[in-house]
Amino acid sequence: MRPLAALLLVVLPVAGVLAAAADYAALPGGAFRTALKYEDQKGRVRIAPFELMRMPVTNAQFLAFVKANPQWRRDRVAGVFAEDRYLAHWRAPTTLVDDVQARQPVTQVSWFAASAYCESQGARLPTWTQWEYAAAADETRRDARKDPAWRERILSWYSRPSSKALPRAGLQTANVYGVQDLHGLVWEWTDDFSSLLVSSDNRNQGDADKSKFCGAGALSMDDRENYAVLMRVAMLSSLEADDTTTNLGFRCARSK
Amino acid sequence: MKRLLCLAVAVLLASPALSLPTAAAPGAAVAKATPLPRDSVYQLAAPLTDQHGRKFDWRARRGSPQVVTMFYTSCQYICPLIVDSGKAIEKSLTPAERARVGLLLISMDPKRDTPAALMAVATKRKLDTARWTLARPAADDVRSIAGVLGIRYRELADGEFNHTSALVLLDANGRILARTEQIGSRPDPEFVAAVRRAAASKP
Repeated sequence: MRPLAALLLVVLPVAGVLAAAADYAALPGGAFRTALKYEDQKGRVRIAPFELMRMPVTNAQFLAFVKANPQWRRDRVAGVFAEDRYLAHWRAPTTLVDDVQARQPVTQVSWFAASAYCESQGARLPTWTQWEYAAAADETRRDARKDPAWRERILSWYSRPSSKALPRAGLQTANVYGVQDLHGLVWEWTDDFSSLLVSSDNRNQGDADKSKFCGAGALSMDDRENYAVLMRVAMLSSLEADDTTTNLGFRCARSK
Repeated sequence: MKRLLCLAVAVLLASPALSLPTAAAPGAAVAKATPLPRDSVYQLAAPLTDQHGRKFDWRARRGSPQVVTMFYTSCQYICPLIVDSGKAIEKSLTPAERARVGLLLISMDPKRDTPAALMAVATKRKLDTARWTLARPAADDVRSIAGVLGIRYRELADGEFNHTSALVLLDANGRILARTEQIGSRPDPEFVAAVRRAAASKP
């Protein structure tokens, strides 16, 4: 009995670590051509190796977090961290609607709540560049962005009405890094969403709105054909940190 | 001997008269026992270090209205105008009103905005540090503070920042009463009116 207990003590923590590691895919990073164009940033950006959750965080996972951290219950959360619609789609503050919802990606979460979840996992939200880099891949290529067929496939999701029920997380084939659902399921928060400073009218690039932003002008797009990225940026740049929407979720990232 | 020394140190530290000055705002002695409203920005813990090197949490500002904004000291264009805005608002208040409102400028560049750099701005711009506080947060807290204040920013390759500018008026409990993006020496009249009302109201 004793040796068994001892063995369990040794094995259980290892199993825990393995399970946690399996939730994340390792991405090698490297030089990356972002679709965003900044005046101060020419050429490619360097991305350090990092790990990204294979799937967006589900309602079940977020429920476990809320139960362990009751200050994030929808009936207790500070209003500055999450607006009224926060987790409003759950049956009760600590009850989901059903098992189907449990496996769907969590939505109606604010940036503060998403950040707190990742922090509780020893992780953080990915930066925009990390997300864009991971999302440039398809099933076989690290950078599929030039492929019109791939672009079409992504865009077709955006044309689906968002009133339809969400599929569960993890149904789509993983990309070349082993990451799923970056496209075609939900929008996702990034840690630095509020660094995406899109001028309120991009036709006046650089002048009319210059006084709104201290320093160089707002960002523009280097790759005007990449509507999917453009829409993500436009959406994130319109959000406040306490906002929630019915199709905005998140996943976490961590340094290697 | 050693033990005696320790005891002496303990006594010295425990003596309130000898403890370090705290950076509490005027009027901060309000009942802090009452729970914070849920919509107070002070729900976010934000440890800061001011131009004197004193550490405090912005929650210590509870008890008096505050005009809060974000800036950074090496900024050439907009940030001097942010200071102008604060000065213009002060000028439009009576001395009594002025004494009741704190001005808190939080750096988005904690790497470079040391207390000395903050103090240099306070000195150069002749800011009365009884009312004005220039402070830097921990690097990891900048985006959250900007988040509750509704300010967006991005660090540029050359160390400058791209950012939106806003003055945010907080009541004595840290609730946002008013907000303006009109920056410069001609203050937003509606914002100034809100500051006067806040200064007149008893917490």
